[in-house]
Amino acid sequence: MIVALPIAALMWESRADGLHGFWAAVTQPEAVAALKLTLGISAIVALINALFGTIIAWTLVRDEFRGKSVVNAVIDLPFALPTIVAGLLILALYGPHSPVGVHLAFTRAAIVLVLCFVSLPFVVRTVQPVLYEVDEQMEEAARSLGAREHKVFSRIVLPSILPGILSGVAMAFARVVGEIGSIVIISGNLPFKTEMASVYVFNQGQNGNSVAASAVAVVMLTVSFAVLLFIGGIRRLATRHERA
Amino acid sequence: MPRTWRTYAVRFTALGYLVLILVAPLSMLFWRVWVEGVDKAWAAITDPDTIHAFKITLILCAITVPLNTVFGIVCGLAIVRRRFPGKGLVNAFVDLPLALSPVVVGFSLYLLYGRTGWFGPWFTEHGVQVLFALPAMVLATIFVSVPFVAREVVPTLREIGNEQEQAAYTLGASSWQTFWRVTLPAIRWAVIYGVVVTTARCLGEYGAVAIVSGNISGRTETATLRVQDYYENLDQAGAYGVALMLCVLAIAVLVVMTKLKPKEEMI
Repeated sequence: MIVALPIAALMWESRADGLHGFWAAVTQPEAVAALKLTLGISAIVALINALFGTIIAWTLVRDEFRGKSVVNAVIDLPFALPTIVAGLLILALYGPHSPVGVHLAFTRAAIVLVLCFVSLPFVVRTVQPVLYEVDEQMEEAARSLGAREHKVFSRIVLPSILPGILSGVAMAFARVVGEIGSIVIISGNLPFKTEMASVYVFNQGQNGNSVAASAVAVVMLTVSFAVLLFIGGIRRLATRHERA
Repeated sequence: MPRTWRTYAVRFTALGYLVLILVAPLSMLFWRVWVEGVDKAWAAITDPDTIHAFKITLILCAITVPLNTVFGIVCGLAIVRRRFPGKGLVNAFVDLPLALSPVVVGFSLYLLYGRTGWFGPWFTEHGVQVLFALPAMVLATIFVSVPFVAREVVPTLREIGNEQEQAAYTLGASSWQTFWRVTLPAIRWAVIYGVVVTTARCLGEYGAVAIVSGNISGRTETATLRVQDYYENLDQAGAYGVALMLCVLAIAVLVVMTKLKPKEEMI
């Protein structure tokens, strides 16, 4: 009732002008530019997350240092913090009044930064529990048989944490595609340059252009569904031995 | 594992990234409030419209969190313990808000309850204003925070199994008694953790509420919208001041989350 009905209404509205109208609305240059930018930036952010998320999870599981529990707690901060505050934070450090002299406000680099902030916990939190489970004896065995460190990682550790990385990356990707709160402040929302799909939907909706808005919204909805399917698929693949 | 330069390199990279992306911006918030003037920030926080905005946010939390808690528990029980047609679909719809943009959520609600929407005209006839008023904002907040309790409850329910519940049944307990005496105590930490996450999400929701609320100062403005309002009126001190308030709330939520987590894992 709460979830399905509004989505049905959205689908209905996007078809209001027929399939042609829908296609025309999606292929409008500004809409295409916004969608391309969103998908491109989301892909970059997802990759950064895959790399640094794994490194952070590794540090939290395998490394020992003072203050580790604080670091572990801080990871969740982007989940707890309102996203609009996240945007303001990044603007405070990398914006026009930047104390470090880095001025990125209203650029694509700023969008990437703020989205990295917002999606930080996803990969860390999916990889961490899997990494705890990895048997270190297997690594020792590989090492004693003469395997180099990078080989131990790529042959033994990576295969077991890969499903975790992938589903974390997928969640982060979905989150980043739809993100708006943190972006409205920092991106400047210049059409064709820094206007993201979510902002496009927002603006078109506010201007009463609901066909244009709903068309792009349906594309975003499709991306969300695709990501959920992808995660479901990974989960099935990863647990296939347990179920068999 | 021996401490090699590799260990330190990895640690340094991880912590360096965290500082750049997380810690430095966060400390900047406090710095900015200081630079802009604590008195100005305080004036912004104690402005009647800001106080009203925080009230609205709290009202939204107070309505949404209990509803979603009950729904999440029922949904979790249904997904784990029952078999019914369309179960996969229910599962997918519970997860959807996690992956869906809040803007899409807000816009869908806007279409549903707007002047030309499916339900809009009916509500207008009966003199109930849904859009640009509290009801639509509640609906939007419920939508975006639906999954959290269910997500926490489902794995815990799977883990504890249903032997104890069956034992209770064979000893003559009704299903109501079984739920209150056996199931709920076993999943309570998962529920509490889910409630905390839901609260955080409700406090911080922006996109969905921004579309359906109409953003009227002193009436339908929430705390997050208030931040944007200040920012767009070039009142930096105000924006950073209200943001700091929200930040303090978020850190409070985070502390509760961290305190709860180990207990949940011990079960």
